Amino acid sequence: MSVTLSHYLILGSLLFAISIIGIFLNRKNVIILLMAIELMLLAVNLNFIAFSHYLNDIAGQVFVFFILTVAAAESAIGLAILVVLFRNLRTIHVDDLDALKG
Amino acid sequence: MIFQDFVFYTLAAILLIAGLRVITARNPVHAALFLVLAFFTAAGIWLLLEAEFLAIALVLVYVGAVMVLFLFVVMMLDINLDRLREGFWSYLPVAAVVGVLMAVEMALVLSGRYFIEAAAPVAKPAGYSNTAELGRVLYTDYLLPFELAAVLLLVAIVAAIALTLRERKDSKFIDPAAQVQVKRNDRVRMVSMPSYTEPEAEQAQQEPKP
Repeated sequence: MSVTLSHYLILGSLLFAISIIGIFLNRKNVIILLMAIELMLLAVNLNFIAFSHYLNDIAGQVFVFFILTVAAAESAIGLAILVVLFRNLRTIHVDDLDALKG
Repeated sequence: MIFQDFVFYTLAAILLIAGLRVITARNPVHAALFLVLAFFTAAGIWLLLEAEFLAIALVLVYVGAVMVLFLFVVMMLDINLDRLREGFWSYLPVAAVVGVLMAVEMALVLSGRYFIEAAAPVAKPAGYSNTAELGRVLYTDYLLPFELAAVLLLVAIVAAIALTLRERKDSKFIDPAAQVQVKRNDRVRMVSMPSYTEPEAEQAQQEPKP
């Protein structure tokens, strides 16, 4: 059975499910949370490119281009926030970040 | 099984294993390195899908820049691993139920006949360049979003620098602008002191008042 569009889409959904499980498991570790978000965006990008290839429409790849841009900006700012957080509190444990008493 | 299918299944297996290791690795450095592997493998899958430009961009931008940033931050922070791993597996039942349900639902939907039969890639003509085509679309139909993406990157740069910029309190530095703007009165204070006092006044001061 040759590889079809649904193979790629199922691979993307499996990757997305893995990163959802990762967000549940690593809820205390902000760094791994950021990595799980990157994995999610990778799964979404995989879907976009698979559709772009099988439907012969280049627009999907343009969207992947923009998602890559936004994801890079997001991770850069997220890591900068993390560095500032660690500099001020000497910890990045989620349970210690209760200044807002939420 | 043709060679392309073999490559797809191999890369897919590596991608899923790398993804699982990212979320379960004990050491964040190992997680970051497995994420590098996941991105690299995904770039291989994108090459299978004939998205050559984006595959190379993924390797250059993500493996080259973003993951190095991740590794830098992970190694810079002093993390108490044991505390971060507290109760790591306690949410696994809920997570497994949610994740497996999502995966099964998506697989049921996505393995439908439409996705297998209706969509078929057309063989590209000789001399077709994915990069040229993507660039043409990007600079014509999507010009405004492209410019907005550039502005977004600028904002991200400014935000990241503004967040992490820190002025040192202990360094003694010279401000040339302040040096230039110094006036004479800032440095010298004229005090009028008479060099000679009248003898009568001196005596009057020395005598105690009745």
